[in-house]
Amino acid sequence: MKLLTGNDLSTGDVVWWTGRDWSRHVEDAVDVGGQGEAILRAEEGARRVNVPYLIDAEATEQGPRPAHIKDRIRALGPTVRPDLTLKPADADAGAWVI
Amino acid sequence: MYRYDEYDQSIVDARVEEFRDQVERRLSGALTEDQFKPLRLMNGLYLQLHAYMLRVAVPYGTLDSRQMRMLGHIARKYDRGYGHFTTRQNIQYNWIKLADAPDILAELATVQMHAIQTSGNCIRNISSDQFAGAAADEVADPRPWAELLRQWSTFHPEFTYLPRKFKIAVIAADEDRAAMRLHDIGIQLLERDGVLGAKIFVGGGMGRTPMIAHEVKDFITADHLMSYLEACLRVYNRYGRRDNIYKARIKILLHEIGVDAYRDQVEAEFAAIRDLGIDPPLAELARITAMFAGPDFASDAPDSVDRSDPDFAVWLDQNVAAHKQPGHAIVTISLKPIGGIPGDASADQIDLMADLAERYGHDELRVTHAQNIVLPHVRKADLYAIWTALRDARLAEANLDLISDIIACPGLDYCSLANARSIPLAQKIGERFAGRQRELGELKLKISGCINACGHHHAGHIGILGVDKKGTENYQLLLGGSGAEDVSLGKITGPGFDEDGVVDAIERVTDRYVALREADERFLDTYRRVGMQPFKEAIYG
Ligand code: HEM
Ligand code: SF4
Repeated sequence: MKLLTGNDLSTGDVVWWTGRDWSRHVEDAVDVGGQGEAILRAEEGARRVNVPYLIDAEATEQGPRPAHIKDRIRALGPTVRPDLTLKPADADAGAWVI
Repeated sequence: MYRYDEYDQSIVDARVEEFRDQVERRLSGALTEDQFKPLRLMNGLYLQLHAYMLRVAVPYGTLDSRQMRMLGHIARKYDRGYGHFTTRQNIQYNWIKLADAPDILAELATVQMHAIQTSGNCIRNISSDQFAGAAADEVADPRPWAELLRQWSTFHPEFTYLPRKFKIAVIAADEDRAAMRLHDIGIQLLERDGVLGAKIFVGGGMGRTPMIAHEVKDFITADHLMSYLEACLRVYNRYGRRDNIYKARIKILLHEIGVDAYRDQVEAEFAAIRDLGIDPPLAELARITAMFAGPDFASDAPDSVDRSDPDFAVWLDQNVAAHKQPGHAIVTISLKPIGGIPGDASADQIDLMADLAERYGHDELRVTHAQNIVLPHVRKADLYAIWTALRDARLAEANLDLISDIIACPGLDYCSLANARSIPLAQKIGERFAGRQRELGELKLKISGCINACGHHHAGHIGILGVDKKGTENYQLLLGGSGAEDVSLGKITGPGFDEDGVVDAIERVTDRYVALREADERFLDTYRRVGMQPFKEAIYG
């Protein structure tokens, strides 16, 4: 599957395209399929998100899992500061990255 | 310490207001990211993996406690409670919101700090010796010169759009504590026949094509130092390549045209400009120098230290250095607790270090290129109290220059250019060697998460470079580098490793070193004596 991601213009937060809007949680991301480029251009025009780009991901039971480790770290947060990730209470969250 | 005059303050304040306007226009959508990016970078604001990142300059690594406290305040109020001290003696905040950036810069300006020239193709923050003004071996305090360079390079119109970034270091001792020969220009102040001057090295750097700076001028008298440097920059600005970003640093220019041709060009330019009044009037130098005169040291401070607490004695031997003034000492506070994140400090730790500087250290702190903090002027009689306070804040690791005193860049945990993570590797190495690091002696280990070499891996006695191997993290091992006065570039051992593999490989290297070492040889000395082969055999069998 293909996901659309970027960083929120104002906060810099990592965000994912949900079909209608942007979410901080990769679980909310939808497969943009062949529409990626068109959504990307429209969203670039809206100027809410910085440098949006398309990535490959795998659909899993827990939701989309980005193909590249860099985007998995973006999705979770720094692996060396579990307390600052999006899942501070989940001790196994780091394993998902690797 | 230097104090801003009205000119310094007004240009910094004006810059904040200009940036505030630019940020507003970006947030309103009036500016695109393509238009805004160069503007934010000129103010130290990057976009990294998880958020905006702000790099704040610490000129030549010198701070007072008020400035240090401001760094803690910013970490607490605008970031997530911590900051990362870098190899260029700066600090980076990882979780900045765009809308907050102008307020942060405005708060910094109230303590004479800013983020100017921490990015872009200009002359970056000048780095220097963290022991400046305290070391017994310096011929002069290098900081007045670093400050002059700061003033000369700030918004210098001719050098705002160089072919590439430009890094300058200035030292004044034979022992190089600032990796001077790995800078675009390295300046070593010297005294000859009672006259102060400098030896000039040009064309050092790391990144994808590491090079050691060449000696370009044996001795330039101090009264013409600035005009000589201006000539060095002019020749680079004229001939440096702008067609290829990977060939744009001055090191490549020197490599392509040769040192002698470069020197000839510089001499010709220097002859044309040396009498144009570029060098500051002596009165200005005297004014600046007076501000660095240093504290009034107590002449009767006792010289002996009670070593009866064994843990304290270990720290004393490892992290405390000789001061030029009897009864005084230089303390290096390690930001490398075993299992911690190299260079990171929490807002509370930053405040504590500021308090200690104020109470015991004549109000001065330094940031080192090895990502530690220095209290340059403390009384020996206060060392135990300082150590106790540091220990309670997890800041008393006795590991200066040992294998766990690791330089590590942010790597893939934070950096958008990274191939691999640096920090988890530093943590594993620290944990693996914590018990025997003193036995291994001085061993400088440096990790970069990609070829840009922000973690100085080329200059590590042991260096590690993160690479991307078909989407997984992989690490190359290098041996034999040094960023000190015995400067050299490390060589790659062979095929790379995964994270655990590289820690095992380092253990095999250090075991072999212990077996081979003679007398009190450091790892680097043994490596230089026996070469790569025995270590290769130890690693790859
Ligand atoms: C996280 C954001 C960062 C980015 C985007 C970044 C980017 C870069 C790039 C592109 C280069 C290579 C420049 C060249 O070869 O021409 C470089 C070099 C360097 N950076 Fe960084 N860096 C970052 C963080 C850091 C940090 C945290 C440190 C200190 C720990 C640092 C210190 C350096 C140093 C010392 C060099 C070597 C300069 C040389 O080539 O001589 N950087 N950086
Ligand atoms: S060396 Fe690479 S990974 Fe590390 S901070 Fe620099 S650019 Fe990022």
